[in-house]
Amino acid sequence: MVSFLRFLINGISLGSVYAIIALGYTMVYGIAKMLNFAHGDIIMVGAYISFCAISYLDLPPLLAVLLAMAVCTALGIVIEGLAYKPLRQAPKLAVLITAIGVSYFLQNSALLIWSSNPKVFPSIFGSSALQLFGGALSITSEAIVTICANIVIMIALTLFTSRTKTGKAMRAVSEDKGAAQLMGIDVNRTISLTFAIGSALAAVAGVLLCSTYHTLMPTTGSMPGIKAFTAAVFGGIGSIPGAMIGGLLLGVIEILGKAYISTELGDALVFGVLIIVLLFKPAGLLGKPVSEKV
Amino acid sequence: MKLKKSTLQNLITYAIVIAAFAVCQAMISSGSMSRALRGQMIPICVYIVMAVSLNLVVGISGELSLGHAGFMSIGAFTGAIVSAWLLGAVQMENALLRLLIAMLAGGVLAGVAGFLIGIPVLRLRGDYLAIVTLAFGEIIRNILNCLYFSLEGKRLYVSFNNPSIPGKILVNGPAGATGIVKIASFPVGFALILFTLIVVLNLIDSRTGRAIMASRDNRIAAESMGISVTKYKMIAFVTAAVLAGMAGALYGLNFSTVAASKFKFDTSILVLVFVVLGGIGNIRGSIIAAALLTVLPELLRAFSDYRMLVYAIVLILVMLATNNEHLSTLLGKLMPGKKKGEEVNG
Repeated sequence: MVSFLRFLINGISLGSVYAIIALGYTMVYGIAKMLNFAHGDIIMVGAYISFCAISYLDLPPLLAVLLAMAVCTALGIVIEGLAYKPLRQAPKLAVLITAIGVSYFLQNSALLIWSSNPKVFPSIFGSSALQLFGGALSITSEAIVTICANIVIMIALTLFTSRTKTGKAMRAVSEDKGAAQLMGIDVNRTISLTFAIGSALAAVAGVLLCSTYHTLMPTTGSMPGIKAFTAAVFGGIGSIPGAMIGGLLLGVIEILGKAYISTELGDALVFGVLIIVLLFKPAGLLGKPVSEKV
Repeated sequence: MKLKKSTLQNLITYAIVIAAFAVCQAMISSGSMSRALRGQMIPICVYIVMAVSLNLVVGISGELSLGHAGFMSIGAFTGAIVSAWLLGAVQMENALLRLLIAMLAGGVLAGVAGFLIGIPVLRLRGDYLAIVTLAFGEIIRNILNCLYFSLEGKRLYVSFNNPSIPGKILVNGPAGATGIVKIASFPVGFALILFTLIVVLNLIDSRTGRAIMASRDNRIAAESMGISVTKYKMIAFVTAAVLAGMAGALYGLNFSTVAASKFKFDTSILVLVFVVLGGIGNIRGSIIAAALLTVLPELLRAFSDYRMLVYAIVLILVMLATNNEHLSTLLGKLMPGKKKGEEVNG
């Protein structure tokens, strides 16, 4: 029972990381209608920036995270402006291939700058752990910080998109670009802003992911990126609570599957569940079914 | 004699492939081709077949598939096992026959997998379909990572997640298929390209092909004309899977070991890049793009560390350039004969 709880908490912690990445994915997809495959690599860049800030510049962890967020935000805006903006009217596949190109570019730049040797990411939240059941169940500080960060981000984003003017503009653009423009919304600026927020979230996710698993390589971001995307689809792409639920469920399924069924088949299980969900709810758990106009 | 326009285009495609083969073969026999490039010949054939078959799904049937490498891996593993079994248990000495049977088996098994995957996948649309094909590609890779095959005498042993099986190990879980006798050859690769072209080009020009394209262009209109959209999409999907399986078998038998990690998501994406850069729905473009882009990293070897970076930049720039309105109007002025948006099938 205690070991089940431990796995469950590990799963929620991993799921929180997926959820944060998935939030970025889902917002970008909702507004730009594109699969941003480079999102996973922005996670990696964020993790490397904070790694350098902590290891080489001796900055305090909080400052390092803020620095990583700032760099990734700038990176997100630059990528959007240079690579995606010229393709607004282009076919979907062209944008997808460009995103893949950006992903290759980031991975190989990281390979040149930081080499392929894995870096050991320092433990930034201290080694203290919360002891429960007389020490039988210990929850690491990383897990607690990750789960709290996820909840805070989720609430902040929900408030932002429902209460603020910019957030409402974002929702309007994602629903109907043309109509939003007629209402005086600067569509390009709103899309850039969405990329900025998504990239900043990716930086946070990168730091949280690496402080839990401690290894950092140029390819660190790609698998979590794909899984987070799966989580976004799972919860219903474009929906913020959906990304949260999808991420958490995916993390829990992955950890429990690895623990109780088979280590090798953990990923297969995650994707298997995704397929089953999509068969019964083709728009994801919380997605709105789109009716077709003839 | 007046040829149909599509027939003429198809003939040009065949002519290009045959001429390229003749040139390569002449260069190999005269020894003027570098070792590195000679080693790339079979992979080029494999990737051409992969690109053409994926184009059938993405371009002709209009569904984005991100798991094409999964079918390739099924073909590669089946090919390795079947050829080892034919050599060990049936004592078939003829390498060419073994290769052909292995490719056939790889194609059939990949086709069966394609059919089973197609049942749930083709119920979905758009990006959801894409993500599910991606998921299936990853599931296939995960399952292959847990498979163990061995051969003792005439008996073939299979086990799941349990490496202790008797006899000579053929497939060793995460380490993949080992001890493969390399029997793949360039002429067979060329024959496979021709076979793929005959199948795909004739399919496109047939009644079935027109039904597939009708379902792509307007699902509702096609359905109201009495076309079973799912059936025709399935035909395209399974045909592509069979061809990818055959290519995979050829690929597997070109190396002494093949691990499932070779057929990651990246490989599916690589093939998709060939298709998009060659022109979606344009079979000849796929062939040229696959051949050039397989050689490109090899040619960029002088840049060594920077070559993948250059590859990425080339990819982004090509996408930006081909979708640039100013550039396409400029090209339109330079080449007045070619109308904008004209599609060449062949």
